[in-house]
Amino acid sequence: MSVAGLLRLAVIAIAVGALELLCRTGVIPSLTAIPPSAMVEGLLRILQSGKFTADIVTTLRNVAVAITAAMLAGIAFATVLQSLPAVRRIFDPLFAAYYAIPMYAFYPLLIVILGLGDLPQIAIGFLLAVVAVILNALNGLDRVPPVLLKTARVHRLGAVRTALKVRLPFAAPYIFTGFKLAVAYSFIGVIGAEFITSNRGIGYEIAFAYNNFDNRVMYPMILLVLVVVITINMSLHHWERRLLERRRRS
Amino acid sequence: MRWRDPLLLIAILLAGWQLLYLAVGDVGLSSPSRTVRNVTAMLGDARFLPHIRETLLAFTQAFAIALAAGLLIGLTLGASRLTGEVAEPILVALYSIPKVTLYPVILLVFGIGMPAKVAFGAIHGIVPISLFAMNAIRNIAPVHLRTARVLRLSPVETAGKILLRAALPEIVTGIRVGFSLTLIGTLLGEMFGAQRGLGFLLMQAMSLHEMERIMSITLVLVVFAAAVNAVLLALERRLE
Amino acid sequence: MHVSLRDVTRVYPARAGQPAVHALGPVDLGLEQGEFFAVVGPSGCGKSTLLEVMAGLATPSAGECVFEGKPIGGEVPDGIGVVFQEDASFPWLSVYDNIAFGLHHAGRPGPEVSGLVEYALTFMGLRDFANAYPAQLSGGMRQRVCIARTLVLKPRLILLDEPFGALDQQTRLLMGDELLRLWRETGATILLITHAIDEATMLADRVGVMSARPGRFLETVATGWPRERDSTVVSSDSFGRLTGRIWTRLRAESLRALGHQQEAR
Repeated sequence: MSVAGLLRLAVIAIAVGALELLCRTGVIPSLTAIPPSAMVEGLLRILQSGKFTADIVTTLRNVAVAITAAMLAGIAFATVLQSLPAVRRIFDPLFAAYYAIPMYAFYPLLIVILGLGDLPQIAIGFLLAVVAVILNALNGLDRVPPVLLKTARVHRLGAVRTALKVRLPFAAPYIFTGFKLAVAYSFIGVIGAEFITSNRGIGYEIAFAYNNFDNRVMYPMILLVLVVVITINMSLHHWERRLLERRRRS
Repeated sequence: MRWRDPLLLIAILLAGWQLLYLAVGDVGLSSPSRTVRNVTAMLGDARFLPHIRETLLAFTQAFAIALAAGLLIGLTLGASRLTGEVAEPILVALYSIPKVTLYPVILLVFGIGMPAKVAFGAIHGIVPISLFAMNAIRNIAPVHLRTARVLRLSPVETAGKILLRAALPEIVTGIRVGFSLTLIGTLLGEMFGAQRGLGFLLMQAMSLHEMERIMSITLVLVVFAAAVNAVLLALERRLE
Repeated sequence: MHVSLRDVTRVYPARAGQPAVHALGPVDLGLEQGEFFAVVGPSGCGKSTLLEVMAGLATPSAGECVFEGKPIGGEVPDGIGVVFQEDASFPWLSVYDNIAFGLHHAGRPGPEVSGLVEYALTFMGLRDFANAYPAQLSGGMRQRVCIARTLVLKPRLILLDEPFGALDQQTRLLMGDELLRLWRETGATILLITHAIDEATMLADRVGVMSARPGRFLETVATGWPRERDSTVVSSDSFGRLTGRIWTRLRAESLRALGHQQEAR
């Protein structure tokens, strides 16, 4: 591992160690926080007991639905938009301002329209993720070299097959960047929404534990979210590097 | 020419809104015209102003902290190659975690009220501001530094004339993103466990099914965020 | 006539602030089946436009282009292969999959595909690189992949637009030999566009000399080479004479083209 990597591990280890020490010695009262070791212990206990498995499954499933919807809709929309420059110019200001808008402000609206089930959370995750997918897909599609499109015409591919067999494969690295963002945003959207108002899911359980002063459940669940999100993001990062190895000029 | 597209977009959005309203009816939505009238009424109503003031106060403080701390952290970490390399994955990881899960921790540390909201908003904004500022410094092409040496500028002059100018666009991008995220964070903080502020009003209106109130507040927030974002974006473009 | 062009003209319409550009023509050209025809001309004379019209990638503003008895419209007819100057290999596919690309789309059965691809790999000297990706290959190898991808579909007309432009001189000479082998092997009609006069003279049965923009054929020079030829023709006397004759014709046009470029600034 590189020097930077080792230093990084050291920094994280020192931070966690300091937190552990402060909690154990009582400098940080147990009503505020529990030591990291107790968080890990609590998490293992919770996972084994299976008490929150249904919530975990619900959240992960909702996140997956949001990601899938965002990818499919985003890629399709970007492909169409890329071939209609006049329409695209109209949408440009929307895309530029999109992530400035507090998406959670629409959450009450979505609850009233979609009801109190899982749909509002999936919708928020989708809304946050879809534009990232669109923007990155557009970026990739913009960069398809004209010579490849001419080659597609020489092979008499037609518009749809050109998109599927030439444009989108070329844009794949950029679409993957959009995918990474879609994953992050879907988690943020779904869990955030569950936190605010929901009756199940990891976010809901964290809020519930907080309201009941149950730190020994709340902190492990928070740790669970952090571990899952960071692990997924790191895996995607490594997967991406391997996928792009072949396409990089050596 | 450049005004035509955004205006066309707004026109399309309003048209879509109106159509959606006609389709869904009063139980699901409120019409654009009614919402706008509501907003004007709301802005004049003495009962609402304290809430607006509360949110603005929380947001301004959160943004100030995010800006100061973010720039300090980012510029310091970016100055050395090693610290930048060590810090970046950590910042990127912090950027992607749903910070709302940390909110209970904030509440436990700061208690319910303004300090918690400010802290929550601030942690949303610190990460992108420091990340972008750090990368802005790291990305300054070495040729700029060499140019400074050739021109024999003092360290202060180098920092002011060259480094700042080269890094500024990216720093401003980070500030713009930080602004939006701080707003989201502050709002989110108010939506859970608060007694005042626009976020609280939003949740209250939701539990009472007051469609018009929900849409009016949402509209105010959206317009505010979009307007400031447009200004910062124009600033960014001017700098490039 | 395998391919014939009659009065073909191409004018790019005027756009915002830019006047219309008369890029090509009127051009008359007739290619016999199995002929190797090269086009040389100064930069910007419309050689590439000519190729695009013949391929069906662009429609002529006037005149007609006929391939195998049928006029060419806005789409590429069956039986035409094109090799472009830029690298057109698909970076996300291996060499093998690149070459097999057209075959899969023509719906050829699996065993037939692998047979044809294996043959093309061997013919183009890419056997050892079948599983490599274009990013790992040199420019010359990538062009070979593009040529293999075209050849494997057995086109009856092959159009090449400065295919060796990005390569060094020695590689170009070797690639020229390979192109001749390809030509004899497939029996296809070939149109090669090049700015290198020696390449044109060395490879072609006939060389068309194009004027500065708008491109028209000034003269067509027959080289008289036998079908079984390779790059060693450069050592014969007639090679020097032919090349000299073409350059003399071309020199004035090139100066005119340079003048155009300076005006445009």
